[in-house]
Amino acid sequence: MAKIEVKVCLGTTCFVMGGSNLQELNDIIPQRYGDKVEVSGSNCLNLCSIHWEYSKAPYVKVDEEVVTEATVEKVLEVIDRKLGNN
Amino acid sequence: MNNAGQAIHIKKEILVRIIKAFLSDDFEEQTRLIPYAMRPKGMEVPYRCCVYKERAIIKDRVIAGLGFPIEEDDETVSLAKYAKKAIERKEIDEKNLTVLQAACKGCATNRIYVTDLCQGCVARSCQTACKFGAISMVNGKSVIDDSKCKKCKMCVNACPYNAIVKITVPCEDSCPVGAIKKDETGFASIDADKCINCGRCTAACPFGAVHEKSQIIDILKAIKSNKKVIAMIAPSIAGQFPGNIYQLKSAIIAAGFDDVYEVAQGADITANNEAKEFTERMAESKEKQSEWINEWVNEGGYGENPEAGEEKTVQHFMTTSCCAGYNQLIKKHLPEIKPFVSDTGTPLYYTAQIVNKEFPDAITVFVSPCVAKRAEGFENPNVDYVMNYEELGALFVAKKIQITEMEESKYVKESSKQARNFGFSGGVAESVKASLRDESAVKPFVINGLNKESIRQLKKFATTGECEGGCNLIEVMCCEGGCIGGNATMNNQKTAKKLIDQLAANSQDIEKI
Ligand code: FES
Repeated sequence: MAKIEVKVCLGTTCFVMGGSNLQELNDIIPQRYGDKVEVSGSNCLNLCSIHWEYSKAPYVKVDEEVVTEATVEKVLEVIDRKLGNN
Repeated sequence: MNNAGQAIHIKKEILVRIIKAFLSDDFEEQTRLIPYAMRPKGMEVPYRCCVYKERAIIKDRVIAGLGFPIEEDDETVSLAKYAKKAIERKEIDEKNLTVLQAACKGCATNRIYVTDLCQGCVARSCQTACKFGAISMVNGKSVIDDSKCKKCKMCVNACPYNAIVKITVPCEDSCPVGAIKKDETGFASIDADKCINCGRCTAACPFGAVHEKSQIIDILKAIKSNKKVIAMIAPSIAGQFPGNIYQLKSAIIAAGFDDVYEVAQGADITANNEAKEFTERMAESKEKQSEWINEWVNEGGYGENPEAGEEKTVQHFMTTSCCAGYNQLIKKHLPEIKPFVSDTGTPLYYTAQIVNKEFPDAITVFVSPCVAKRAEGFENPNVDYVMNYEELGALFVAKKIQITEMEESKYVKESSKQARNFGFSGGVAESVKASLRDESAVKPFVINGLNKESIRQLKKFATTGECEGGCNLIEVMCCEGGCIGGNATMNNQKTAKKLIDQLAANSQDIEKI
């Protein structure tokens, strides 16, 4: 199975709107999923400028799926679902 | 995101919307529309009973964002009017915090409460434990008479079923000086005479009811005028945004400021001056002490020396003076420690002085991790406005500025490694130490966060004139972790510290005095 790729937006909008807390994922994901999931920080994913939608920031992308108002829990849930863990 | 996290998210979103409204061509109308834009017709109501209540609460939050007290709103004045008043205002309000009392409804008052788990047991340990006769048995269950209860929690600990609980009010519990209280009517209010502006309650309230009165409109007005506006950024900011502080400088300029100064520049002066003062004070105390011993020896070492009481004021320690929350504490609650506090100015004090000398007509804005610095800014004629990290962040969001895409700009003066470390617990004491040739002269004692316990400790030190373990330099930081734990910070402390460490590693050492 191909690796799941998690991109945490560390652009300014996402960072300010709460994305700073998502940096925890850098530690949690490798611990939990080993090399099945790869996590990286990313510059602005350009999601914040599409609509005037900073109120949905911070954004995280799990493969092509966009997680809005992302929290650590929300992101882990999506990964679990993709891996068929529940 | 927990509840408090959501509340912070809403506060920031409101700030962004206020700034957007200001930048639009109809500030008043756009401000009026904020509650409707955030809670449009037909939207599922996220927190409260109905969309109208939600909008009313958002309106209150906007009032604080515009810099007005929520408590004084009589609900008849529209947000458009408030926006107009904000534009016309010349002065800012000295009281920094305001409570959205409508949000207090969800929170029970501080009391001891017997839950349904009470078995009405024969032992009645609760009744025996209560020293105030507040517990009686009604229909085979314990009942507490609130008028007699002193909330000592003896019954809570005594109950074998854990049936009695203390209902806490987060804001009250978080306040180190008992300045915020939920009164009989159930609304929290802040006693400004007691409040040290530490900002704990703003972070503690799960409903986000405590707001800082923002000066963002005043700052945007200054930027719009053709005056020079200069940002002075606190050292802890290095851990708060993506990118580095050189890119941050460009970003702040892109947001409309004319120039940016690192307050670490002033921290270098604070550290040096404090080191000088420390050396003098300790020499003086040594001299006094030996004088006293000589006198004692001359008099044969016996008898009550009438002046001995006076001599006991020999100061064996000095405390730092750069934390604004601590300075408020001294003024309002701990005057006895004042003689031990260094007279050295804060990093902001020196930075503002430098900026003012260079650009006497400029408007200066301190970019701050906490609400306490608003009080300091208010008292310092060289500081015109204070804006916190969240507000600066909101400004970036509103203006769509991406820090990491910015070029790097240099600062007029590169600050030292130690000055850049001022923002976390231990950093200030370390910088004083590093300023001295004989570093071993300093034995630091670090107060990492003001709370009831550490305030008691400071009181004790002030009365005895002595610190614990022979320490002679007490560094006091109001927030746990230091400024990186300030109420308006955005990054978690671990990552913030890492980022500051990176910057410090590439900075030169402080000059020795
Ligand atoms: S900053 Fe995250 S999408 Fe733009």
